[in-house]
Amino acid sequence: MSQTSDEFFKGIWKENPVFVHVLGLCPMLAVTNTAINALAMGLATFFVLLGSSTLVSMLRHLIPKQIRISCYIIIIATFVTVADYTLLALVPEVHKELGAFVPLIVVNCMILGRQEAFASKNSVGLAVVDALGTSIGFLFALFTLGSVREILGNGSLLGVSLFGPHFEPWIIMLLPPGGFIMLGLILLFFNWLNEKRENAIVQFATTERNVI
Amino acid sequence: MDNLIWIFISALLVNNFVFSYFLGLCPFFGVSGKLETAFRLGLASTFVMLITALCTWFLNTYVLIHAPYLRLISFIVVVASTVQFVEMVVKKLSPALFRALGIYLPLITTNCAILGFAIFATNRGYGLLEGLIYALGAGGGFTLALILMAGLREENELSNVPNLMKGTAMSMIIAGILSMAFMGFSGLFSS
Repeated sequence: MSQTSDEFFKGIWKENPVFVHVLGLCPMLAVTNTAINALAMGLATFFVLLGSSTLVSMLRHLIPKQIRISCYIIIIATFVTVADYTLLALVPEVHKELGAFVPLIVVNCMILGRQEAFASKNSVGLAVVDALGTSIGFLFALFTLGSVREILGNGSLLGVSLFGPHFEPWIIMLLPPGGFIMLGLILLFFNWLNEKRENAIVQFATTERNVI
Repeated sequence: MDNLIWIFISALLVNNFVFSYFLGLCPFFGVSGKLETAFRLGLASTFVMLITALCTWFLNTYVLIHAPYLRLISFIVVVASTVQFVEMVVKKLSPALFRALGIYLPLITTNCAILGFAIFATNRGYGLLEGLIYALGAGGGFTLALILMAGLREENELSNVPNLMKGTAMSMIIAGILSMAFMGFSGLFSS
């Protein structure tokens, strides 16, 4: 049981695909100008990762080693096509705003990375748990960046105005440079947190030794 | 003719793939450590884009009108096989260049700039010639971005930055500032 929960939680925080491994940057920056777009993108990726991890894990003994990458890509592309048409049918406005970035989920290196590194080597159950954890981690990262950019750039969150009419929006946050700089600052914050934790562990270890 | 020049300049500077569409970020951050490799990777990607432009035009005109839902799958297969083909040709013709590119050559498959280029060209309904010019502009813009970033990072290696800032966070902020500079080009179109 503990291994299962480990696989789940590592994707969310300790091995977060965006903040720690810096994977899947293209959708991460391109669609996070509002929180709702970020959420739609996160959910689409969630579906694709879950579906393809399950299928790859089921077929892991059948896929020949030499052509595995092409097989994974075709499986992923199939699920992305499904997600693309579903979004188009359910939420046409969001689909229009995400534009070419829904089909581009195919080349999200995070998804291919999970297939190669995990789903192709583990049982279906574990692969599903790993996919769930990783995609929730990705969703969390997308939503964090999306809401920060929307709050600063538009003064609202999920379309609800937060600061009233006197707020001067930071337009730069909605433009490409804002995305790069904000993600840089968030990564910086993550580094700082990790360093603080490591220092705390080292300090704890030394005091422990002194007591003994 | 005027139209073709605008397509080229727009893809090269104004709507630069890296700085305004956020495409091809993985190689952009991964390979921009050294100027030499960055330049070569840019050239290889441009070449793959040109061949992809040719193939996607063919697919769009003759195959996909009958089965539009196969678009994504057929595009990715085209890109993957083009990369494989380029890899074999380069290996045969110039083993030295093959060794220099190393792992980055096969990784072009998952470069979203290539697939993104194919999708954008289709969405805009470009013909064969327009598609090829667009490929040249997009590839040139990608190479330009890689070279600029590699130059900045080589300088940055020598300067004294706080420990916490080292690595990706720093590159991200540099990219943000570069992207701000590229926004200046958007004035080209209003006139």
